[in-house]
Amino acid sequence: MSYPKGTIVRNSTLTRVNHWITGLCFVLLTLSGLAMFHPVFFWLSNLFGSGQWMRALHPWLGVTLIVSFLGLFIQFWRDNLWNRDDVEWAKSLDKVLDNREEEVPPVGRFNAGQKVVFWGMALILPVLFVTGILIWEVYFGGATSIETQRVAVLIHSLGAIGAILIWITHVYAAIWVKGSMRAMLHGWVTPGWAHRHHRKWFQRLVATGSPGPTPDSTAKFREH
Amino acid sequence: MADLQSQDYIRRSATNLTPPSVRHHELEVAKLIDVSRCIGCKACQSACMEWNNLRPEMEEFNGAYENPHDLNPGTWTLMRFAEYEDEQGNLEWLIRKDGCMHCEDPGCLKACPAPGAIVQYANGIVDFISENCIGCGYCVKGCPFNIPRISAQDHKSYKCTLCSDRVGVGLEPACVKTCPTGAIMFGSKDDMKDWAGERIAELKERGFQNAGLYDPPEVGGTHVMYVLHHADKPSLYSGLPDKPHISALVGAWKGVLKPLALAGLAFAAVSAFVHSIVSGPNETTEADEARARAEMEKAKRNGSAES
Ligand code: HEM
Ligand code: SF4
Ligand code: SF4
Repeated sequence: MSYPKGTIVRNSTLTRVNHWITGLCFVLLTLSGLAMFHPVFFWLSNLFGSGQWMRALHPWLGVTLIVSFLGLFIQFWRDNLWNRDDVEWAKSLDKVLDNREEEVPPVGRFNAGQKVVFWGMALILPVLFVTGILIWEVYFGGATSIETQRVAVLIHSLGAIGAILIWITHVYAAIWVKGSMRAMLHGWVTPGWAHRHHRKWFQRLVATGSPGPTPDSTAKFREH
Repeated sequence: MADLQSQDYIRRSATNLTPPSVRHHELEVAKLIDVSRCIGCKACQSACMEWNNLRPEMEEFNGAYENPHDLNPGTWTLMRFAEYEDEQGNLEWLIRKDGCMHCEDPGCLKACPAPGAIVQYANGIVDFISENCIGCGYCVKGCPFNIPRISAQDHKSYKCTLCSDRVGVGLEPACVKTCPTGAIMFGSKDDMKDWAGERIAELKERGFQNAGLYDPPEVGGTHVMYVLHHADKPSLYSGLPDKPHISALVGAWKGVLKPLALAGLAFAAVSAFVHSIVSGPNETTEADEARARAEMEKAKRNGSAES
């Protein structure tokens, strides 16, 4: 894969493929899960052929999701560690939302909002996985007591709503901040984008002469 | 069975609108199982298999009279045998015909996510409409009596239908027809309560002080009722729940959580939209690019000065 001249690599090909497998699974899980959660969404089961197909597919999508998300976790966790910049950024959240990003303190590869999305998912998805296994009728219906399954299904639906709320934030942010979609679809951003939204990341890349996405991963994921 | 009485529903799973129930001039029915008259012959169990064309898998003998050892997708009613020593040291053999209780407020129906997979008719019978069932097993979690079983063959849930197909054409359930001792009666719920009252009076005369009717009010009463000699301790009868009720967990899951979650999701989506029209897109400007270029050039100059 080659990137346009003078751009910065934000996400390697591996990251992008990994991200969209995760995203596709998540969307399908949300559609099928909501269909089973509330009658107003049951018509979504038609997207999967039938209610039976949907019920059968959902847990397998979940297993795929958790494996895929593990891949993203390994690639992203380091850049999502919380630091002092995040506190400053979070304090200026009103300015961020007011679209006055010029006045917001600079941050590294991810801002506090993105980190909350990351750690929120990293916390909730394993919970969904474990509770999902417990209520997987075909294979584990007899493995635990009915009372355990009642607790599990309640936590699973609560967790799912939490994850979907996080996901709405995530998707909206990607639509709102122009250039983010391209960063995940085609991998690159302009220097101005990096300077505007993730100045410390930009400066670190410039200082090390790295094409991105991170100075230390340059060798591993070098692609141009 | 096909839903012969589809104009007759009073409850329908995963359906927000209450069915109009245009043919609701039916009496509420009930099956009365007089445990004190049951001899444990299992004729009802066989009749059920025969009428419903069920042939459950053969199981191992495991040293008890229960056969098979539990309800399963092909065994909708099961005789359960309990040995109980009373206060006087007498051994009592408490035999109970287990199966769906046809609750007035059915937990299975409350939990079911598939529209019309579980219905309740005006006569009180709770029926599973297999073609709508998706096999999720939520009914198992909803039921206070541990009744529904999911088939590993077709992934659909099964339980006693109270022979809704027979009752719909004016016949009594197959088990009732077969019972040789008259321990199973069928009729209007009022008549069955009256009949139970007479039996209970007789039992009390014979010394069973605590004889009584099992028609648990916690689930709104049931359309399958028991006459028990020890109505004060239903759990003696192979774990018949003393106070069966729909679990509070199921109540929260199917109650408060649903509207709350919808409100939360709608709020998030609407907020995002409002934000987008109020604040406008967050776009990288030419000024950003210029600043970035300046920093890159500065870094390059410093770099070449060093080398
Ligand atoms: C991570 C692995 C996951 C597994 C193993 C899993 C498994 C399951 C299972 C077994 C069910 C019961 C229905 C069925 O058998 O298909 C279920 C229901 C559901 N799942 Fe998942 N799931 C997972 C992830 C997710 C995710 C990521 C979401 C959405 C964000 C989600 C949302 C739901 C919802 C909303 C329901 C319906 C709950 C209800 O009826 O209240 N699940 N899941
Ligand atoms: S298994 Fe079938 S009947 Fe039971 S809750 Fe699921 S869809 Fe409803
Ligand atoms: S006993 Fe269980 S399966 Fe039968 S109607 Fe009541 S809740 Fe439903």
